[in-house]
Amino acid sequence: MDKPVVTRKALVLGLGLVLLLALPPIALAMDEGFFISLFSRILIYALAAVSLDLILGYAGMASLGHGAFLGVGAYVVGILAFHLSDGSPLPFLPGAWAGTASALIAWTAAILVSALFALVIGALSQRTSGVYFIMITLAFAQMLYFFFISLSTYGGQDGVNLEQRNTFPLLDLGDDTSFYYVCLGLLLGFVFLCKRLVNSRFGMVMRGCKQNETRMRALGFATYRYKLMCFVIAGAGAGLAGALAANQSEFVSPGLMHWTRSGEIMIMVILGGMGTLFGPILGAAALLLMEDVLASYTEHWMIILGPVLIFVVLFARRGIYGFLAGPGGRDG
Amino acid sequence: MDSPAAPLLDVQGLVKSFGALRASDGISLDVRAGEIHAVIGPNGAGKTTLINQLSGEMAPDGGQILFDGMNVTAMDVARRARMGLARSYQITSIFPEFTALENLAMAVQSGLGHHFRFWRNAKTDPARIAPAMEGLRRVELEAVAHSMAGELAHGQQRQLELAMALATGPKLLLLDEPMAGMGPEESRRMTDILLPLKGRVSILLVEHDMDVVFALADRITVLVLGKPIATDTPARIRANPDVRAAYLGESP
Amino acid sequence: MRRRLACAGAAVFLLVMTFYLFLEQTLNAFQLGVMLFLMAAGLTLVFGIMNMINLAHGSFYMIGAYVSAYVGHATGSFFIGFLVALPVAALVGMAVEIIALRKLYNRDHLDQVLATFGLILFFNELTAIIWGPQAIFVPIPELFAGSVEIIPGVPYPVYRLVIILMGLAVALALRSLIVSTRTGMLIRAGASNREMVSALGVDIDRLYTIVFGLGALLAGLAGALAGPILATEIGMGENILILTFVVIIVGGIGSVRGALVGALLVGLVDTYGRAFLPTVLRSLIEEPSVADGLGASISSMSIYILMAVVLIFRPRGLFQAYG
Repeated sequence: MDKPVVTRKALVLGLGLVLLLALPPIALAMDEGFFISLFSRILIYALAAVSLDLILGYAGMASLGHGAFLGVGAYVVGILAFHLSDGSPLPFLPGAWAGTASALIAWTAAILVSALFALVIGALSQRTSGVYFIMITLAFAQMLYFFFISLSTYGGQDGVNLEQRNTFPLLDLGDDTSFYYVCLGLLLGFVFLCKRLVNSRFGMVMRGCKQNETRMRALGFATYRYKLMCFVIAGAGAGLAGALAANQSEFVSPGLMHWTRSGEIMIMVILGGMGTLFGPILGAAALLLMEDVLASYTEHWMIILGPVLIFVVLFARRGIYGFLAGPGGRDG
Repeated sequence: MDSPAAPLLDVQGLVKSFGALRASDGISLDVRAGEIHAVIGPNGAGKTTLINQLSGEMAPDGGQILFDGMNVTAMDVARRARMGLARSYQITSIFPEFTALENLAMAVQSGLGHHFRFWRNAKTDPARIAPAMEGLRRVELEAVAHSMAGELAHGQQRQLELAMALATGPKLLLLDEPMAGMGPEESRRMTDILLPLKGRVSILLVEHDMDVVFALADRITVLVLGKPIATDTPARIRANPDVRAAYLGESP
Repeated sequence: MRRRLACAGAAVFLLVMTFYLFLEQTLNAFQLGVMLFLMAAGLTLVFGIMNMINLAHGSFYMIGAYVSAYVGHATGSFFIGFLVALPVAALVGMAVEIIALRKLYNRDHLDQVLATFGLILFFNELTAIIWGPQAIFVPIPELFAGSVEIIPGVPYPVYRLVIILMGLAVALALRSLIVSTRTGMLIRAGASNREMVSALGVDIDRLYTIVFGLGALLAGLAGALAGPILATEIGMGENILILTFVVIIVGGIGSVRGALVGALLVGLVDTYGRAFLPTVLRSLIEEPSVADGLGASISSMSIYILMAVVLIFRPRGLFQAYG
C-alpha cells in the first residue's frame, strides 16, 4: 500500500492545467480561433461556478440567485463604458465621473458593487434557511432582473453594447488570446485564494455550518456573520466573472440575471463535483462544451440536456471530478 | 460585585407553554460553582425544554435566567456559549464529515477567536490542534483522532460530543441525557469520564439512568409536569415521600 | 358660491373616477390572485406533504395552456380544449411523478431543484418541437366575450370575472376536499406527520401520486384559463412559477390557506403597484421622467419587496402548515 509518487488527483489537475495553458497556440495552429473564445467563456463561467461552490459546497447555502451577482458585475462594466462613450456623468455619484474603460478600475468596481449587493441580499436571505433560502435568493435575482429591464437609460431589455473591451496595462484585451490568458490567470488566482480560504479558520467555520449549524452556535459561533461574509465573498467572485463576461461578449443584458442562468451555474457545480474547488471548473467546461456540440446537431439540444441532468442527479452524485480524481478527490 | 456565595446559574420562575401544555411551570433552581446538579423526572416533565431555554435555543415566556451574575434571558445561543455555557444534546450533535480531531478543533477554535482569519492553514495550526488532541485524550478517543466522526460507534460519538463541550472551557455544562442510547459498558465508561470532573466543572445534568444520577450528583431537583417538586441531596431525595410517590415509585 | 360648487363637483367627480379605477384594479388584482392561487395550492401541497420542491410545476401550467389552445383551435370550441387540457395536465404530472420525481422525495432540496430544472428544459424543448417557437393567441370564448357593468358606469370584462369566480370555486372545493374527505384527511395528516400516515397502512405512494396529479391539474387549469388573456408561449410556466414561489414564501410553505392569502396579497401589491405607484410618485417627484422611471422600477419589484418585508418579520411565512 505505498502511496504513489503522483496521485491520480495530481495527475488530473496537472493535465488540466497544461491543457488550459496550451490551448490558444494549439487552437491557432489548427486555425480554430473560435476555441479560444469558447474556452474564455468556459473560464469565466468556471469562475462564477467556483464562487457559487464556496457557498453551496462549503457553507451549505443553496443559492438559486447567483446569476444576480454575475449580472451586477457585468452591468458595472457596461454602465461605466456607456457613460464614457455618452460623455454623461454617472447618476447618484458625487462629482461628474463620466465612466471609464480601464479594466483595473472597472473590474474592481464590479467586484465591490456586487459584494455590496451580496451583503444586502445575503443579510436578508440569511434570515431563512433550507427551501426558503433557495426561493428567496431566486426571487432577489428576479427582482434585479426586472429592475434592470426597467432601466431604459441602459437599454432596458436590450441591454448595453460595449464599443470595445476594457483597457489593461501592457495587454490588448481586444486580442482573444491575451483576453484568454487574463481570464485563466484570474481563475487560477481565485481558485488559489479559495483553496487558502476553505482551509483557514474561516473556512473551517463555513464547513462546520454546512454540517451542523446548531452545533456551531452551541459552541459559541455567531454563524450568521460568517455565513454572510462567505456569501459576500462568493458574490464578489461572481461579480468579477460578470465583468469578464461583459468584456468577452462586449455586451451586457438583463439575461445574465435571469434565473435560468443561476440554474446553469448551479448545474456546473453539481455536474463537476460540489464541495471541491476544481469540480466546478470541469462542470463549466462540460456544460458549455456539451451545449456547443449538441447545438451543432439540433437547435433543440436542451431536450437532451434536461434528461442528462436528471440522470446525473439520480445516479452520479460525485460529479465529474469525483469520477476522474477518484476517492481522494475531495479538497482538504 | 456579587457575593462569592452567589450561584453560578440562577433560574427564577421560568415559564414556557406550547399551546395548552405548560412545559415549564414556574421553574426556579440554581447551580453552585463546582456542583453537579441533576434534574430528574418522568418523561414529559419538561427537562429538555428546560435545557433548551437555558442554552438559549428556546425563549421562555416568563421568568429569568441569571448566569455568572448576568441576566442572559434574552441572549442568543452563541453569546451564552462564549460566556461559558456549553451543552450536549440528547440526540448526538457532532460534525459527521470532520475527523474526531477536527470536531474538537472546532470547539477549541471557538475559544481562540480569529474566525475571520482567511489565509493561514487551520488544519496544521498548533493553537487549534494541540488542545484538540489533549481534549480527545481526556475522553480516551485519541486512537480514533483521524477517523470521520460520522463513522464512529454511537458511544464514541457521545464521548466526542462531551469532549467538544468540555473543550470550549465552559463554566457550566448542560448535559442532556449523556447516556441516551448507550449500553451498560458504554454507560460505565461515560461515568468514568464524568466522575473526575466533579468539583472542577459545574454541571447541570439531565439523565434517566438513576445509577448515574446518584453516583454523580451533589444535588437533585425533581421535575414533574414542568414544576420542581423537590431539590435536595441524593440521600434526602431518595427518602422524600413526595418524590417517591410522584416519580421514584413509578420506576422499577 | 357657484364657483365653490363647481370645485366641489369636480372633486366629487375625481373621487368617483378614482373609486371606479380602484374598483377595476382591485378586480384585476383578484384575477391575478386566483390564478396564482391555482398554481400555489398544488406547489405548496407537494412541498408540505412530500417535502419536495418542484420547479417543473410551471411546465404543467404551460401544458394546460398549449393543450387547451391546440384542442380548442382544432375543434373550434374553447370549452372542449379546456376540458381536455385538465386531465392531460394531471396525467402528465402523475407520469412525471412516477417516472422521475418519486425517487427524489428523500433527497435534499438541491437535488430536487436540479432534477426539476432538467424537467423544465425538457418540457420547454418538447413544446417547441411540437407546437413551434411562436406564441399562440387564443380568442376569448364567445359566451364570455364583452363586458358587463359591475356597478353602473363601470364595465368589466366578463371573462376576467369568470376567472375570479372559477378560482374562488376551486378554493372552496379544495377546502371541502381537505376538510371533509378521507383523502383530505390523509393530506392534512401527511403534511404534519408522514410516519403516522404510513403507519395507518395507507398506500403512501398512491397518495403522493394523487396529490401530485391534483397539483398538476390545478396548474393546468390555471394555464388553460390564462390562454385567452396572456400569450401562450414557451417560458410562460417559469414566469408564473417565480411569482408562485413568492406567494408560497409569503403565505408559508405547506399551508393552503397561506397560499390563498399570499396569492391575493401578491395580486393586490403587484396590480396596485403598477396602477397607482407611477401616479403617486409623479405627485411627489418634480421631474416626471425620474418619477416614471422610478415608478416602473419599483412597481416591477414590488412583490419581491413584499416578500422581503414578510421574511424579515416572519421568516417562515404568514401561516404555518396544518398545526
